[in-house]
Amino acid sequence: MQNNFLGGLKEHENRLLTVWSQLLIESGSDDGAVEEEESKEFASLFLSALATLNGRFQDSQEFEKVEDLIVGISTSRGKRGFSPRENAQYLTTFKQASSQILSELITDSENLYQANLELNAIIDNMTIMTFEAFMRGREDIISRQVDEISEISTPVITVWEGIVALPIIGTLDSSRTQIVMENLLQQIVDTGSSIAILDISGVPAVDSLVAQHLIKTVSATRLMGAECIISGIRPEIAQTVVHLGIDLTGIITKASLASALKTAFDMLQLTVVKRKLV
Amino acid sequence: MTTITNSKEEALIIREQDVVPLRNRVKEYGVKIGMSILNQTKLITATSELVRNLLKYGGGGKVIIESVSNGRDNGVRVTFIDNGPGIADLSLAMKDGYSTGKSLGLGLPGTKRLVNEFDIKTELGNGTTVTITKWKNG
Ligand SMILES: Nc1ncnc2c1ncn2[C@@H]1O[C@H](COP(=O)(O)OP(=O)(O)O)[C@@H](O)[C@H]1O
Ligand SMILES: [Mg+2]
Repeated sequence: MQNNFLGGLKEHENRLLTVWSQLLIESGSDDGAVEEEESKEFASLFLSALATLNGRFQDSQEFEKVEDLIVGISTSRGKRGFSPRENAQYLTTFKQASSQILSELITDSENLYQANLELNAIIDNMTIMTFEAFMRGREDIISRQVDEISEISTPVITVWEGIVALPIIGTLDSSRTQIVMENLLQQIVDTGSSIAILDISGVPAVDSLVAQHLIKTVSATRLMGAECIISGIRPEIAQTVVHLGIDLTGIITKASLASALKTAFDMLQLTVVKRKLV
Repeated sequence: MTTITNSKEEALIIREQDVVPLRNRVKEYGVKIGMSILNQTKLITATSELVRNLLKYGGGGKVIIESVSNGRDNGVRVTFIDNGPGIADLSLAMKDGYSTGKSLGLGLPGTKRLVNEFDIKTELGNGTTVTITKWKNG
């Protein structure tokens, strides 16, 4: 029964738009948006869906279109700088406007109550969908940034002819190790280097997983015919690694990048000498 | 010796991205009671091991972080609770180098060496609970 009452809104579309526009302006979340085509399109599609509703709105294909539209609108409003709160207000003011028209149309209080109940259910559902769309948008941004960060934070630097260095900052989880390893091996090939220095000064903790990744990277480097030195092992990390029981014998480790470089020079039979004053 | 809890919080761990924030939170607890860098590092490394086990073998779970004191010293207690498959042979799992996951097999025995108190309860089919305590001067 209540569906019929909600369906009656279609005949009052223009008035609803006027009331809605007013409420949006009062709520402060409007920049003439209701004047825009998208709002008219939304109202029109929504009211038509109500007018033809037959059964549960959750099952209605018409409503699926309305929901797609509102998700699209709130995504584009989000990009234009509207907050999630303002996006929610876009829908709550639409609900208020519809309620106001309904109270003029329906005199019987029980019928009015039922109609509002149904209206609430539909609009609240859409509000939730716009929030979910907003969250998805944010999550997309975050995961893109995570990818970018893990790439930019693994630069391979040629410090000398034949020596590349890779400072690692942050946590070496499995996915990052993969990137680090690929970058490093590629650079070894590209530069024809025979020594790689992996500096872990910026790694907050070396647990057995990180250690395993480091060991793997060293082995892969050696398979390419190059030697790998791990530098930047702070005293507290060294002690912790020993207590954990990790065996790093067989791997050249140095406290600082400077001492790793010195070792690398030795291996390449290079000497750095201070110029004599004549 | 009775231990009292001064503050406490819980964290849900369901994916790898939860590891670093948890570790940072545990570190903050250590910093707050003035724990040395060495003990902080041991504590967060132990945390890292156990939370990875909780994810990898337990399928995720809950971690409780507590700031505790026993009258003589202050410390941080961390409890890892999962409802995973449990550990069939605990004494084997506590051995250096034993792993069913193709990793180093040092998480449990190594963690025990890094902390002052280590307690593990496990039941096949009913999950695993590990509690560690690191004292400020321990
Ligand atoms: N929370 C857990 N639930 C079930 N099994 C576990 C759990 N933690 C550890 N185990 C078992 O104990 C073994 C040893 O764990 P650990 O010492 O951390 O080494 P690793 O993680 O390298 O395998 C694991 O391989 C696994 O079989
Ligand atoms: Mg482990």
